Amino acid sequence: MEKFKKIESNAIPLPMVNVDTDMIIPKQFLKTIKRTGLGKNLFYELRYDEKDAPIDSFVLNQDKYKDSQILITGKNFGCGSSREHAPWSILDYGIKCIIASSFADIFYNNCFKNGILPIKLDESEVTKLQKAAENSLSFTIDLENQKISYFDKNINHEVSFELDKAKKTSLLEGLDDIGLTLAKVNHISDFENKQKSRTPWLYSQQIK
Amino acid sequence: MSTPKTLYDKIWNDHLVSENEDGTSIIYIDRHLVHEVTSPQAFEGLKIANRSVRKPNFTLATADHNIPTTNRDEGISDPESKLQVDTLEENCKEHGITFLSMSDKRQGIVHIIGPEQGFTQPGMTIVCGDSHTSTHGAFGALAWGIGTSEVEHVLATQTLVQTKAKNMQINIQGELPLGVTAKDIVLKIIQTIGTAGGTGYVIEYTGDAIKSLTMEGRMTVCNMSIEAGARAGLISPDEKTIEYLKGRPFSPAENEYRSASDYWLSLASDEGAAYDKTVNIDASDIIPQVTWGTSPEDVVSIDGLVPNPEDESDETKKKSMIRALEYMGLVPNTPLKEVKVDKVFIGSCTNGRIEDLRAASKIAKDRKVADHVNAIIVPGSGLVKQQAEDEGLDKIFIESGFEWREPGCSMCLAMNADKLKPQERCASTSNRNFEGRQGRGGRTHLMSPAMAAAAAINGKLSDSREI
Repeated sequence: MEKFKKIESNAIPLPMVNVDTDMIIPKQFLKTIKRTGLGKNLFYELRYDEKDAPIDSFVLNQDKYKDSQILITGKNFGCGSSREHAPWSILDYGIKCIIASSFADIFYNNCFKNGILPIKLDESEVTKLQKAAENSLSFTIDLENQKISYFDKNINHEVSFELDKAKKTSLLEGLDDIGLTLAKVNHISDFENKQKSRTPWLYSQQIK
Repeated sequence: MSTPKTLYDKIWNDHLVSENEDGTSIIYIDRHLVHEVTSPQAFEGLKIANRSVRKPNFTLATADHNIPTTNRDEGISDPESKLQVDTLEENCKEHGITFLSMSDKRQGIVHIIGPEQGFTQPGMTIVCGDSHTSTHGAFGALAWGIGTSEVEHVLATQTLVQTKAKNMQINIQGELPLGVTAKDIVLKIIQTIGTAGGTGYVIEYTGDAIKSLTMEGRMTVCNMSIEAGARAGLISPDEKTIEYLKGRPFSPAENEYRSASDYWLSLASDEGAAYDKTVNIDASDIIPQVTWGTSPEDVVSIDGLVPNPEDESDETKKKSMIRALEYMGLVPNTPLKEVKVDKVFIGSCTNGRIEDLRAASKIAKDRKVADHVNAIIVPGSGLVKQQAEDEGLDKIFIESGFEWREPGCSMCLAMNADKLKPQERCASTSNRNFEGRQGRGGRTHLMSPAMAAAAAINGKLSDSREI
């Protein structure tokens, strides 16, 4: 996984609550066997009409947000299915940071596996950032120092955010989770031996 | 005496491999269910890193999301779907994983076949790249949905790195009124706590109304834990659980069944165990429920009205209500029972089990599906289908005008050919009423199998108790 670096970009305001993973990437795009190439279909049904033409009023179709790397949205973002196609499509589009007052658990977790930083803030703070995003202000996301900053009318605004230490390290260093766990393979074998004597039926059951 | 523990605490402790320096824990995974949609990139990842599958025989795979429910003999006509299913089969062959193919009688929706095969057992940790893995919690197994990166992690290590969730108790006291089902309970729960109410928690369902449910009913409740925001839902194992699993293909053998059962019963939450949050709901207050909007928390009782956004004081909520009503093509204050439906879907991992089909058939028997309605029944597995046919349910449905399909996820997520057209309205026994879930522009009302069958007969949303 790529290491998470400081982001400087304007942000896409999407003030909707309960944005679900079906909305982020509809089912017809889950037939792929690849992780890449999903960005063009991100928010497909909000973004394109029934004839596949871009819907001008949708924020992703507005020129000023074309290269944004930040999405600011409403509470319970990413609810619904466990499809990792959701963060894959977001990342493939170019978004590396999502700000909301809350996220659904599975989606939140999936973000970190793909080098995306989801930031949880109070709803009032998110609303302020939405406004700043609508005014096309540029934001800096500094994960190292856990700070979001932006200039508005020559005043520098700073917003701190909380993040679990393990998740922060994993993003900053772009860690290979599986490699880290495999380094502890002895613990896993020990556990299996112990479990086998305690609940032997789990091991005698043969799947044919 | 040691501190009283919840079922969740006990399963967590029994699967703790090690604790990492950063506060996370490595948790052992006893069983892994795999399907075609969320696994190809995981197997690809293994290949790139030159890693193997640690426990192929703790892993069971099938194709369910992306397969046709008609003309199975002709195979899969959609080339992309076919490639995905073929890829799974090849991956399973390469890694020695059991794969139940479309032609296998045991094939079906992962969350139906796990319990049916006895692959699901109390006290296990079970994962799958699918959010409705919470279903297996009905057996007192800690079961949750994961993304593809975690699927790869489990394949390679048989573990996951986790942070412990909080405990929530949802207590359904009292007796459920006649004609009210497990689906009505869980819709009521989601309406009560909201779709984010369970975020960060594992929910344990307790109380007389839960205990009185069959295993099938318990699965329906646990299945939709994710719609309440919780990754996992649990019900303490009891005699019903033990009875259900007896003699199933992957259940413990006879000589081990006694000790396995003793262990399972010992997992039930201790008297006095502490929960971070408790929610009480009175079962006698619940009547058949339906959704009116585009979130599973948009629930009303069938004798109610389409809600009016003007009555909502919260501005954000009001806005999303207006949007939902527009999408659903509904006018505020319309009685639910006047809402006409075009399609009916009975099936899915929520309600595709034999008991669900029996409930629907009782309504369908000697009645006809309304002329303007297209109604399909999609059994959850090949074995459910067979059992229903042995009981003559297929004949009841066909005579009544329902279509009798092959097993799979079908119109619950509409990845195959079974989908709604724009503006079509569907009475559905599935789990999500999101915009576009059952097809672009499609309008979904979630409800129980009896309620969906009643809607098919009357051609509009109806109270199944009045038929």
